[in-house]
Amino acid sequence: MTVKTATGAPARLPEAAPAKGGFRAWLNKRLPVDEFISSQLTGYYAPKNFNIWYFFGSLALVVLVLQLVTGIFLTMFYKPGELTAFDSVQFIMREVQWGWLLRYLHSTGASAFFIVVYLHMFRAFLYGSYKAPRELLWLFGMAVYLALMAEAFMGYVLPWGNMSFWGAQVIVNLFGTIPGIGPGLVEWIRGDYGIGDATLNRFFALHVVAVPLGLLLLVMLHLVALRQSGSNNPDGIEIKEKTGADGKPLDGIPFHPYYTVKDVVGIGVFFVLFALIVFFVPTFGGLFLEAPNFEVANPLSTPAEISPVWYFTPYYAILRAVPDQRMGALLMGLAVLSFLFLPWLDRSPVKSMRYRGWISRTALALFVISFVALGYLGMQPAEARYVIAARIFAVIYFAYFWLMPFYTRIDPVKPVPERVTYHAH
Amino acid sequence: MRTDMLRALALIAVACLLPAGAWAAEEGGGAEAPAKPGADWQSWRAGNDVSDRASLQRGARNFTSYCLGCHSLKYERWSRLGEDLAVPGDLLQKDLMPPGDKSTDYILTSMPAKDAADWFGKTPPDLSLMERARGRDYLYQFLTTFYVDPTRQTGANNLRLPTTAMPDVLSELGGLKKAVFREVGKEQVFDHFEPLAAGRLSPAEYQAFVRDTVNFLDYVSEPTQTARRALGVWVVLFLLVFTWFAWLMKREYWKDVH
Repeated sequence: MTVKTATGAPARLPEAAPAKGGFRAWLNKRLPVDEFISSQLTGYYAPKNFNIWYFFGSLALVVLVLQLVTGIFLTMFYKPGELTAFDSVQFIMREVQWGWLLRYLHSTGASAFFIVVYLHMFRAFLYGSYKAPRELLWLFGMAVYLALMAEAFMGYVLPWGNMSFWGAQVIVNLFGTIPGIGPGLVEWIRGDYGIGDATLNRFFALHVVAVPLGLLLLVMLHLVALRQSGSNNPDGIEIKEKTGADGKPLDGIPFHPYYTVKDVVGIGVFFVLFALIVFFVPTFGGLFLEAPNFEVANPLSTPAEISPVWYFTPYYAILRAVPDQRMGALLMGLAVLSFLFLPWLDRSPVKSMRYRGWISRTALALFVISFVALGYLGMQPAEARYVIAARIFAVIYFAYFWLMPFYTRIDPVKPVPERVTYHAH
Repeated sequence: MRTDMLRALALIAVACLLPAGAWAAEEGGGAEAPAKPGADWQSWRAGNDVSDRASLQRGARNFTSYCLGCHSLKYERWSRLGEDLAVPGDLLQKDLMPPGDKSTDYILTSMPAKDAADWFGKTPPDLSLMERARGRDYLYQFLTTFYVDPTRQTGANNLRLPTTAMPDVLSELGGLKKAVFREVGKEQVFDHFEPLAAGRLSPAEYQAFVRDTVNFLDYVSEPTQTARRALGVWVVLFLLVFTWFAWLMKREYWKDVH
């Protein structure tokens, strides 16, 4: 008897399952535990040639769990409300046992989430992981990214520091640029005529209940879609097309134990770097926790420079690069949404950058440079020289996406090998 | 200075994770030699060390003697201060706490906020988080760049925070000084300080006094920071060992992948 896995490949039946009796048999008759482990882990074949770029997916999952767990404990002590929020965060930092650790794990976790997600996305750019048949996998991933942005933005408002307040002011006001419904929409989001108690409380509700639920659902869909088409790999070759006599992919290895043990190493390295930040530089020079946020929200005192946290600054730079606010908000939105169209913009016959030509490689390099440069410029004061630089990089940013149908077609690609490149170590 | 080294190490390690350009450039001037006394005030550094307990104790004494009259530390309890700075209960009660305060009370000024606002034009801010909001060097420069300015109601002005509402309360220690400005175009640019009257402390003693006080405010802004760094060393060591074992296990498993 064979069991079909989600990937369509026949899976091994659990070998350890006793033939008769025992708790495990009793359990499996009622809940498909062994079948699940077999179809999702031991019988799920992943390409054997994953490199360092393939750590960041599992790391994102680890950070998600970290954020959920630390978030639950923070919620036990945090008190939403404009009169209590700031004080309760200080209470957590000073008087709750291990409160400071929970808070730093959570605040550093927010930045770490974006670091691993950006690297995870870059991997997809590098090896064409968004291309057919993985378009939906990519779209679910992008939905996770959008939900993560909403989650991070609302979480940033909760400590009710002065940057929380003014950041919320700037971001929420962007919705006011939508013609017609704008002003009413802004009021509806805030729940008041200004950012205040009502705003803080609803952001709390969304941050701890609504968005995390959505995130979990989207992550699950992302993983189901991944199991359906199987992982891409650095060579951009579909391993399912070359199967052995047993029907298993010749270039595939069971996810468990091979990639579970490998990912544990990645998780270890990640946590070493993570702990160095949490324990030695938790504000990360003002990048992860901004200095103005150690003053309570004050509608009468605008910080000298309002800038969002680093993970939003590329888009913020695009917003400021446009003289017209409505146009700026539109382009900012487009900058985020452009990612969604990648599977259909990319017309290259090959997936991986390994077999693409100089045009695609140059385009990707320019895109990465412009994304990083925009991130830097978004943190600078809105002076003419920075704004002009931001305009140049914004043009490159959009050109990468919207000229892709043209340059990927004329790109001189190399022949893709039959089997993946792998050197045993 | 082990923690400083580790901090530097951490910075280098994590800098690899971030776009290099995103690193916020440190503000502040270079180390050029001062032409005239005080001309280089923007490069003055607090140079404090929160692991120096004696300095923190002196800072606490300075704070209760000179700051607590107007400023609170509303997130810090007396008992916490005593515990973290190893000040015995009886000394805490006798030398630091105002009469009538309980050790579990938060460190609050006895000046009513309403009166303070009437007298100074604004309520003196709570100092619990001032170091984290403005930085230790800011505080050090603020407390060392007061100068006599007859145009101000308090008779004093400040280079770090011009037109500050705070009077020069430390002048009996640091002395009085005059700021000499020179004209550059239409603007008045600070040139140098001229001492008017000496205080009870020598310039070096006064700098040490301010350094201790800033050190104390640095501690108060994050009372757990010393424990945080101490624990961090062990956590990182554990994770390194863990990762090494994880790698050995990975290598063993992957021997049969060809």
